[in-house]
Amino acid sequence: MTEILGVPVAVLSGQLMLGIINGAFYALLSLGLAVIFGLLKIINFAHGAMYMLGAMCTVLMFDAFGINYWVALFLAPLVVGCFGIVLEYFLLRRIAGQDHIYSLLLTFGIALILQGVLTNIYGVSGLRYSMPEVFRGGMNLGFMFLPYYRAWVIVAALLVCFGTWFMIEKTRLGSYLRAGTEDSQLMQGFGINVPLLISLTYGFGVMLAAFAGALAAPIYSVSPVMGSNILIVVFAVVVIGGMGSIAGAVITGLMMGVVEGFTKVFYPEGSAAVIFLVMVVVLLIRPSGLFGKEA
Amino acid sequence: MATTTTQTDIHQSIVKQQKAEQRKKQILNLVLLALLLLAPAVFYPVFLMKILCFALFAVALNLLLGYTGLLSFGHAAFLAAGSYTTGYLLSSFPGLTTEMGIIVGTAASLVLGLGFGLVAIRRQGIYFAMITLALAQLVYFFFVQAPFTGGEDGMHGVPRGYLLGVIDLNDNNAMYYFVLAVFLAGYLLVQRIVGSPFGQVLKAIKQNEPRAVSLGYNVDRYKLMAFILSAGLAGLAGSVKTVVFQLASLNDAHWHMSGEVILMTLLGGTGTLLGPVVGAGFVVTLEYQLSQGPLGDWVDPILGAIFVLTVMAFRSGIVGEIQNFMRKNMS
Repeated sequence: MTEILGVPVAVLSGQLMLGIINGAFYALLSLGLAVIFGLLKIINFAHGAMYMLGAMCTVLMFDAFGINYWVALFLAPLVVGCFGIVLEYFLLRRIAGQDHIYSLLLTFGIALILQGVLTNIYGVSGLRYSMPEVFRGGMNLGFMFLPYYRAWVIVAALLVCFGTWFMIEKTRLGSYLRAGTEDSQLMQGFGINVPLLISLTYGFGVMLAAFAGALAAPIYSVSPVMGSNILIVVFAVVVIGGMGSIAGAVITGLMMGVVEGFTKVFYPEGSAAVIFLVMVVVLLIRPSGLFGKEA
Repeated sequence: MATTTTQTDIHQSIVKQQKAEQRKKQILNLVLLALLLLAPAVFYPVFLMKILCFALFAVALNLLLGYTGLLSFGHAAFLAAGSYTTGYLLSSFPGLTTEMGIIVGTAASLVLGLGFGLVAIRRQGIYFAMITLALAQLVYFFFVQAPFTGGEDGMHGVPRGYLLGVIDLNDNNAMYYFVLAVFLAGYLLVQRIVGSPFGQVLKAIKQNEPRAVSLGYNVDRYKLMAFILSAGLAGLAGSVKTVVFQLASLNDAHWHMSGEVILMTLLGGTGTLLGPVVGAGFVVTLEYQLSQGPLGDWVDPILGAIFVLTVMAFRSGIVGEIQNFMRKNMS
């Protein structure tokens, strides 16, 4: 069997694969954070909770109504997105003019409530979700075995990331969004309904998180606490990449997933910490982040 | 001539007012001190000590959040650093007096604070919060895997030992007055820092950082100093807590703890000296009461709801709102 640096190729590519999948989730989540940050200038501490809600929704909709995976993949983000819009309208909007620290604390409180309530109802042990029939099995690529579902996760995540990038950079709605990021008062002056735009943006960012959650449901353990740990990692990813650009968020997310995967091969004890260490190094060398614009 | 007299009059009346206010504050402080001294006669000392430890922790955070305008979401790391260091020392070296264990534990947090500070102050605002959270998570992983922490189980049976080698701290009353002394020392230190020229610069940074820079202050150094001081005090709180409960656990290092201390500070009133103490008392009491009743599993959502409520309805916190009310109605 061929080896690279003393590690079998199959192991190496297997971990690379897992890394890319983790990276795809990091990318989706940090993309949502970046979209929300762009217009609202807040950090959504409830983002992990929204990811969790997306996954829980997918499982519960199946258990209660037998709603299948494909519908859930569309419906769960929609439900959670609407919930996000409600939150924005009744809570976040009321403290828009205050120090950004407060919106951060507010979303943190919301996350605590959601996670706490669902933990009391469903426990922390995790719910089961069976994978759709289509994705059972996988194909042998010669150097490694590729399960179908993992391939689908990567394709779906990249498609959604690309779609988001396209919408923001190339469409009229996206141009409003970018303009609002620059100067929302001026936008209002041009007769664009900025409050509505803000609601929709928050809803959309939350939808991305919920989509990631729905995508994760068949492969990760679905539980009320699944969001909090990944969120901290995503924060580190966001600090590494800087929230200046959409493409930057996606590339950094994938990259960090791969870095984590490789660390698992060569130094397993450090795999949980490696992204945070990268963050420290990046902050010391280039404080504004790899793709950050601001100084 | 007439204008000069009125000016001196006004000046005198302002001085008089300030003096009266100071006297009022002094009386209030004396009353509070008397209550704290007498409290063990009424309440269970261990419960009081828990409040005092968390009050010191919140006071430490407030130095950053309330007076420098920096939101650290990673203060659990310092609590845990103090906690584990003291726990390890007192368990492993039986000859060590308790105060040495606490001093070294505090020093460990100071050093960790220096490390955190150097990295985190490179970014501002919400990035600062995210970076401190991520760094604290790194510390958490360290404590999970480090051989001396006992991993998920934590460190149990840390001996309380003898203060200065003579006073037996296994007596809860002796322990209480020692904790009270440490708390008061920390509280007065923060009061002194906030009132000093150094503290004024911190407040200037909080109000308007670019202005402080343009006035020629080396803002980063002030922030770093504030961060280290805050980390050290948080570590002191952790060290003392370990001695009181004879235990150090991963709970101390978890992000949940960082959130809780922010809630204490915010609920009591950021930027007020007494606020964090009130907030800590409130949250610790609430958690205790809930854990006794049928709502024991609902602590987290209730804390979250208090978070939301505080941010939405009274951002100045309990003490801050009382101060605002007094200012409006008393003058």
